[in-house]
Amino acid sequence: MSDFSLEAIRKGDKLALSRVLSRVEADDESGRTALDALFPFTGKAHKVGITGAPGSGKSSLVNALAHHLRLSVPDSRVAIIAVDPTSPFTGGAILGDRVRMPDLQNDPGVFIRSMATRGALGGLSDATLALSQVFDAAGYDYVLIETVGAGQAEVDIVNLAHTTIVVDTPGMGDDIQTIKAGILEIADILVVNKADLPGADQTYRNLTAMIEMGYRGTSRINSGHHPQTELLTSPAEEPRGWVPPVLKTTAISSKGISDLVSVIRQHRDYLLAANAWNEKENAALQHTVNRLVIEELANNWRQNLAPGQYESVMEALRQRKMSPRAAASALLAYNRK
Amino acid sequence: MPEKKIRVLIAKPGLDGHDRGAKVIARALRDDGMEVIYTGLRQTPQMIAEAALQEDVDVVGLSILSGAHNALVPQVLEKLNENGQNEVFVFLGGIIPERDIPELLAKGVTKVYGPGTDTRVVCQDIRAALADRA
Repeated sequence: MSDFSLEAIRKGDKLALSRVLSRVEADDESGRTALDALFPFTGKAHKVGITGAPGSGKSSLVNALAHHLRLSVPDSRVAIIAVDPTSPFTGGAILGDRVRMPDLQNDPGVFIRSMATRGALGGLSDATLALSQVFDAAGYDYVLIETVGAGQAEVDIVNLAHTTIVVDTPGMGDDIQTIKAGILEIADILVVNKADLPGADQTYRNLTAMIEMGYRGTSRINSGHHPQTELLTSPAEEPRGWVPPVLKTTAISSKGISDLVSVIRQHRDYLLAANAWNEKENAALQHTVNRLVIEELANNWRQNLAPGQYESVMEALRQRKMSPRAAASALLAYNRK
Repeated sequence: MPEKKIRVLIAKPGLDGHDRGAKVIARALRDDGMEVIYTGLRQTPQMIAEAALQEDVDVVGLSILSGAHNALVPQVLEKLNENGQNEVFVFLGGIIPERDIPELLAKGVTKVYGPGTDTRVVCQDIRAALADRA
C-alpha cells in the first residue's frame, strides 16, 4: 500500500493514522516501512499500562482516566490501545472495551484502538508495542494500554509501559494471594477499584501490607503495639526509590481518579529524575529486538529445512526413537549443513 | 503471513435498548474468525463513524429495531464518507419494512436482514462483499 504519509500522520490525519495502525498490526511490508520511518519521532509519549483480572474495571478506569487527563490538560492528546483475547479455536475476537468508554466517544483528542491478541499469551498482542510507537510518533502525549483480563502471569505489559497500574477489586482472595509472585509484583501503582463495594478496605489493607513487606525501609507494621519494629527503619537507610502506592477508586463515578492522575504524574517525574525513564525505554526496545531476532531466525530455519526432513524426525519422535530434545537437535543440525 | 483479519464494527444507533440481536451477530462473526468491535447501546451516527475510523474496520453492521432506520442509516453513510471511508461496507439488521429496503440499498447499504436470518448467511455475505472488492 502506497498511501502511507508520514506528514499526514504527524499532522493528525486520523484516517492515515488508522490505516497505518492496521498495516503495522498486520506486520506486512508497508507496515514495516512505515514503522521504520516513524521510529525517529518516538520516545516522548508516556506509556501507561493498565492490567488486572477480567471484570475488574480496567476499561472503565481507562475511560475515567483519559477523560480526566483531557480535562486537566486540554492540549494533551490521549491514545488508548485496548487488547482483548482472540479465540484459540476460530481466530475471531469480540473487542468490547469501547462499551465502557462512553465519555471518550466524542472527544477529538482521544483515539481508541481495539486489538485482538492474535495468539500471543502475555496479555498483549505481538504488535502492541509497535502500535504504541505509531501513536507516540503521531504526537500523542499519553498512550494508555489496557491488557486482556489478566490472571497471575500475564506480565508482558511491564516490558512495554513506563508506568504499570495493576487493578484489583474487593473479594478476589485473601492475603496469601497478595504475596504470590506475578502480576502484583509488576505494579508501579496498585488500584483497588470498585471501592464502593464491601470488602474494599480489607483488600486495601492486604495490598498495603504486601507493599510494606516488600519495601522494608517503609515498614510501619504494628508500630503501635511493638514500638521496637520502628528500629528496623534506619534513618540513614538509602532512599528505596519508588514505593508503589495503593489507591482506592470507583471508576464509574470517577471517585479517586484525580488522585490516580497525580500519582501517575509523580511516577513520571520519579522515572525522569532517577534516569529510569530511559532505562525502561531501552529495555523495551531491547526486548523487541530480541523478539524480532528470534522470529527471523525461526523463519530462516523453516525456509532452509529440506522437504520431508521435519516429517521424518517427527515420525521418529512418535515412535519414541528420539526424545524431543534429540529431535530438536537433529532438525537444527540438518539445517546448519 | 496469515490472511488479513476482517474487522467489523457492530453498532446500535438510536434509542432502542434491545441489543440481543446485535450480540448474536457479534458472536456469530467471532465464531467465523472475524474481529468484532462492539460499541454498545445508544450511539449517534457521529460516534459510529468515529469508531469505524479509529478502528479501521472493513464492515459496519447496524442493528435498528426502533423504526428510525430511514433517518439514522443515511446519516451514518454520510459521516463515513465525510471521513474518507466510502469503501466500508454497511450491513443493516433489525425490523425494516420491505418498502424501505430499496431506498436504503440505493443509498449505499450492502444488505438488509430481517428476523430469522441465518447468521451463516451474514458471514458468507460479508466475505463475498470483501472478496469482490479485492
